[in-house]
Amino acid sequence: MSALLELSGVSVAIGNVALVDRISLRVEAGRILGLVGESGSGKSLTAMAAMGLLPLIGGRVTEGEVRFAGRDMAGMSDAERRALRGRRIGFVTQNPMTALDPVQRIGAQVDIVSRLHLRLTKAAARARTLDLLTQLRIPDAAAVVDAYPHQLSGGMKQRIVIAMALAGDPELIIADEPTTALDVTVQAQIIQILGALVRDRGLALLLITHDMGVIAQICDRVAVLYSGRLVEEGPVGPIFANPAHPYTAALIDCIPQEGMAKRSLRGIPGAVPSALAFPPGCRFHPRCRRATETCRDDAPPLLPLGAGSVACHHAGPP
Amino acid sequence: MLPWLIRRVLTLVPVFLAVSVVIFSILHFIPGDPIDNLLKVGSPASARAEMEARYGLDRALPVQYGIWLGKVFQGDLGTAIVARRPVAELIAQALPHSLRLGGLALLFSSVVGITLGIIAALWRDRWPDRAIMGGVLVGSTMPNFWLGLILMLVFSVWMGWFPVSGARGWNSLVLPVVTIGLGGTALVARITRVAMIEAVRQDFVTLLHAKGLPPLRIELFHVLRHALIPVVTILALRIGWILGGAITVEVVFARPGLGTLLIKSLSQHDYPVVQACLLMLAMAVMLGTLLGDVLQAMMDPRIRAAMA
Repeated sequence: MSALLELSGVSVAIGNVALVDRISLRVEAGRILGLVGESGSGKSLTAMAAMGLLPLIGGRVTEGEVRFAGRDMAGMSDAERRALRGRRIGFVTQNPMTALDPVQRIGAQVDIVSRLHLRLTKAAARARTLDLLTQLRIPDAAAVVDAYPHQLSGGMKQRIVIAMALAGDPELIIADEPTTALDVTVQAQIIQILGALVRDRGLALLLITHDMGVIAQICDRVAVLYSGRLVEEGPVGPIFANPAHPYTAALIDCIPQEGMAKRSLRGIPGAVPSALAFPPGCRFHPRCRRATETCRDDAPPLLPLGAGSVACHHAGPP
Repeated sequence: MLPWLIRRVLTLVPVFLAVSVVIFSILHFIPGDPIDNLLKVGSPASARAEMEARYGLDRALPVQYGIWLGKVFQGDLGTAIVARRPVAELIAQALPHSLRLGGLALLFSSVVGITLGIIAALWRDRWPDRAIMGGVLVGSTMPNFWLGLILMLVFSVWMGWFPVSGARGWNSLVLPVVTIGLGGTALVARITRVAMIEAVRQDFVTLLHAKGLPPLRIELFHVLRHALIPVVTILALRIGWILGGAITVEVVFARPGLGTLLIKSLSQHDYPVVQACLLMLAMAVMLGTLLGDVLQAMMDPRIRAAMA
């Protein structure tokens, strides 16, 4: 099956600092790819690259191709890229508290997407907005459209952001940490909503998160990012059962389990290295229990393993 | 919003009283009095005492203040001691000139300042931005009276485009308006630019781009809309400022107005006129801040919510 969104060997830099190093991802229709990693691993930059929005934050793709429905986005004009955003690619941001224009009413902010991209009239766009809000189980949608963002809760705002992402009837949704800023109870609802969208509408979803628990709940495949490099990628089931990369294994160990003994939850020693001073060789080696001399000198290539791939000199069960 | 507005206006009352005390006492503490201007040289001391009694200047200061304030609240600004006319009449003659000058200067600095600010923000750190910000820096450091003289020299004396002074015809307004307006333009341009650049960094702007809106539309309808909230507040504050700042410019261009009236009556120690002029300026500042708050509330629903 051909991928809707495909990144092949994409590197991203801001100024002279290289932050994402040759990563490749595929997101297919009706599937959910989880992109996981700690803060600073380059997850959000990857999302911005896929949206063609890197120039906004002063970044650029230095290497590789971002293809949407088979077309290289670098070869498109600004207008063509803009026609994709909101129309064929919907975007859900990390912090719903600051994602909405505080001085514009909710309705107008959602309406604009279908008015702009689907050429709907004012009345038709409003009807569509109300319909979307109802589908997203927003109570009293008719009142919500006339509200300002500060009058809504975080969970409601995130639903509004999702409604905006859906208003253009997209094929792909990129969600950058959609639940991080929300209460735990609301997080589960938002994850359910996103999962249902993929099932019911056949959407493709690129779900960016630092939470392995979220990945386990709804993703089909997972890509693990560490310090700008892909360290492991593959179907969720096998990876959770037998993580080949020690970093993936460590992340899975960070999920609290039912029936765990107190104080048995393990963290990962050390900290994410700064982009200004990535360690040589495998970037994870200073924090890795399996690290050897080879890891310090040579960066391991990403090699196929089972249904996925892994970049580790000592891949396999510990 | 109405209860808030009432509360807000009520807070102006103590401010008004404090200002009136300051205005009244400052004048009476500076040496000299208006009687000096009325008496012929060598008049007997009894003539001075008679004059003082006539204008109530022989009473204790707090009593004089009480009488003055009571009359002000009844709308009676008194009679000019030296000019010998009702103060209200003098003010009524001068105020329209000042309002016209101040209003046009405010309009000039808003339109030109906001436009320059937008251009600088859209081309930030490139040559249009540097040129505008450089020009603005020069403009904001030049004192009004000096700028007025330079403009007068260039455009009136050398070019002969505008009259040197006076208040006859619209073209006599151009140079004074530009003189007063330029300072404000600099301020407004800087604030607009900074506010726009700050607004651009906000998350919701990224999401607007992600929705596929055209960039110019985002800049003008969303970013500028946000940036204008502080700009409008500053502009409203400048209403009082501009009337006060017009004083030197009115004198330089020999225009009638509140400033000229104030300077003349000040040199004659004509208490009632000076007090009335200062009171007008103070009220302009107070009404400006009130207007600023109201405009801000109209532009930002979060502020409206905080008021309720």
